[in-house]
Amino acid sequence: MAEREPELRFPIDVPAELGTVDPDDPSGGYALRMVGIEKYFGLVCALRDIDFEVGRNEIVGLIGDNGAGKSTLVKVLTGVFPPTRGTLSIAGRDVDFHGYNVKRAHSYGIETVYQDKSLGEKQDLWRNFFIGREITGRFGFINVKKEKKIANQIMVETIGFRGEGITVESKVSDLSGGERQGVAIGRAMHFDAELIILDEPTVALSLKEVSKVLNFVHKIKEAGKASVYISHDIQDVYEISDRFVIMDRGEIVASIAKADISLRALSDFLLEYAHGLKDRER
Amino acid sequence: MGRRTTFARLAKIEGLPIAAVLATMYLVFMITAPNVFTGHRIYMSFLQTIPPMLVLGLGLTFVITAGEIDLSFSAVVAFSGFMYAWSYRTFDEPWIGFVLALAAGALVGYINGVLVAKIGVPSIMATLAAQFFWSGLTVLLAGGASWNIKGIQDEFIHTLFVGRIFGSIPAQAVWALALTVFCWFLLNRHRFGEEVMFVGDNPNVARVMGINVERTKIKLFVLNGVLAGFAAVLLTTEMNTFWTTQGEGYLLPVMAAVFIGGSSIAGGEGFVVGTFFGAYIIGSLEAGVVATGIGGYWTELVSGLVMGASVVLNIVIGDGRLAAASRRVRHWMVPERDDGG
Repeated sequence: MAEREPELRFPIDVPAELGTVDPDDPSGGYALRMVGIEKYFGLVCALRDIDFEVGRNEIVGLIGDNGAGKSTLVKVLTGVFPPTRGTLSIAGRDVDFHGYNVKRAHSYGIETVYQDKSLGEKQDLWRNFFIGREITGRFGFINVKKEKKIANQIMVETIGFRGEGITVESKVSDLSGGERQGVAIGRAMHFDAELIILDEPTVALSLKEVSKVLNFVHKIKEAGKASVYISHDIQDVYEISDRFVIMDRGEIVASIAKADISLRALSDFLLEYAHGLKDRER
Repeated sequence: MGRRTTFARLAKIEGLPIAAVLATMYLVFMITAPNVFTGHRIYMSFLQTIPPMLVLGLGLTFVITAGEIDLSFSAVVAFSGFMYAWSYRTFDEPWIGFVLALAAGALVGYINGVLVAKIGVPSIMATLAAQFFWSGLTVLLAGGASWNIKGIQDEFIHTLFVGRIFGSIPAQAVWALALTVFCWFLLNRHRFGEEVMFVGDNPNVARVMGINVERTKIKLFVLNGVLAGFAAVLLTTEMNTFWTTQGEGYLLPVMAAVFIGGSSIAGGEGFVVGTFFGAYIIGSLEAGVVATGIGGYWTELVSGLVMGASVVLNIVIGDGRLAAASRRVRHWMVPERDDGG
């Protein structure tokens, strides 16, 4: 482990090898590519010179302390607010930040699963699958039969809910925390997301529920899609990710492929990095 | 066991428990006041007086579902009623009045909506202020007087909205029923209704799923205003009179009707069918209690009892306690069901 140290102290910003890079592909094999993204809130710099890529079938673990800029990065990505400068392309398509919003991000194939605000708790599951994207006939009336049928398909085929007493007519409040995240992930996959962002999906879940969620994330990988997985729990991030991107104070400070580092080394690195920063401050 | 399952399933049918409360109530009145409640006339009278209340309740159901409240609809009943009566007297053309009454409701609702959604004023404050403002404006404009519009009895609009079908059924009851059906579809089968439910459930979820929360709220208050305007037309046409306090008696009974119907003040779910029966319960209580002969002083007390019982009933059912029990029962009986998916 000692021989790894220099490499870790001066981390590389170059992305590690991506799962599948096809040179003829206009996207260059990226599900997502950010170049030189900066975000200021007034004079406060929340993101500084961010170059960030996610491969077509890559799961990237985004790690960083509170206030490191992870959620700002996610919000730029998902169209909640635009960056101050920089460019973003999704699957090879350049994003025009003018008029970029959550709906547009959806249409570009970016879906987000939040810790606690992905589903309407008192609503039937089938409504939750299609909220904001209802299948409607003339005059905006919902085709309930079709929505229920597709919702059932997603539940059985994509998420793998069988039995367990859950139907498309169950209320979200009847589901466990892990099952809820499963629904949110299944929904994202159904809408053909190229990239699914999981923002702290396992906070406040029991261990059993966490393992359910990680299973759902494996399904994203199996389906050939990409994901950005944000979590405080290094162990979860390590298990699930192909590559780790570490943020601190609005900057990306390291990008390390899983193959290059062990779980121990990764957590040691994070600790050492925190100490190193302290030294630098002095 | 099987009976319990069936019971729980029946309890889940929208409005059925509350319809049972209404039926029980009529049954009790039939026993305590047989000479009144076994004839058809009392029911025809309900069909004449309850529709404006029901129409108001329909609009309020949407507002409650979205987790908001509107205290200004009773002022709209006065203000729209004034617009209706004034323009009828001025232009001698009831349809102008009709359009103006609905437009006045829409205007009040739009202002409420902007205050709540764009400026962020809590709806209870914004609409309380609106209640005083529009009532006050109505009194000012009408000079505090009641206006007789007897001539409207000879107009087609009178036949259309409050005429007697087959010589006995009040037309307003049919209009209110049709609006109930329409509102049920709007809430449960239309994109707008789904947005209202999600906004009431959790506005943050609604927002990240791409719903324009502010616009939905404004639409909601406009809808409520327009419905209140229509209620004003029904009431004013039926009575052939406009008076400045004509909305005042509606505020609390309409809210009671909506809550009896099972819609929760917490937002996220609303029951149009429940509101329908709730309005008939609230609208029938007084006459029933009086006809029973125990004296008018009992009316409020009995209303409170019925309302309290209905709300408790709804919460017990809505909590899924019955459903949970029935699921357990089913699980014991057919444990293999788990393989089926």
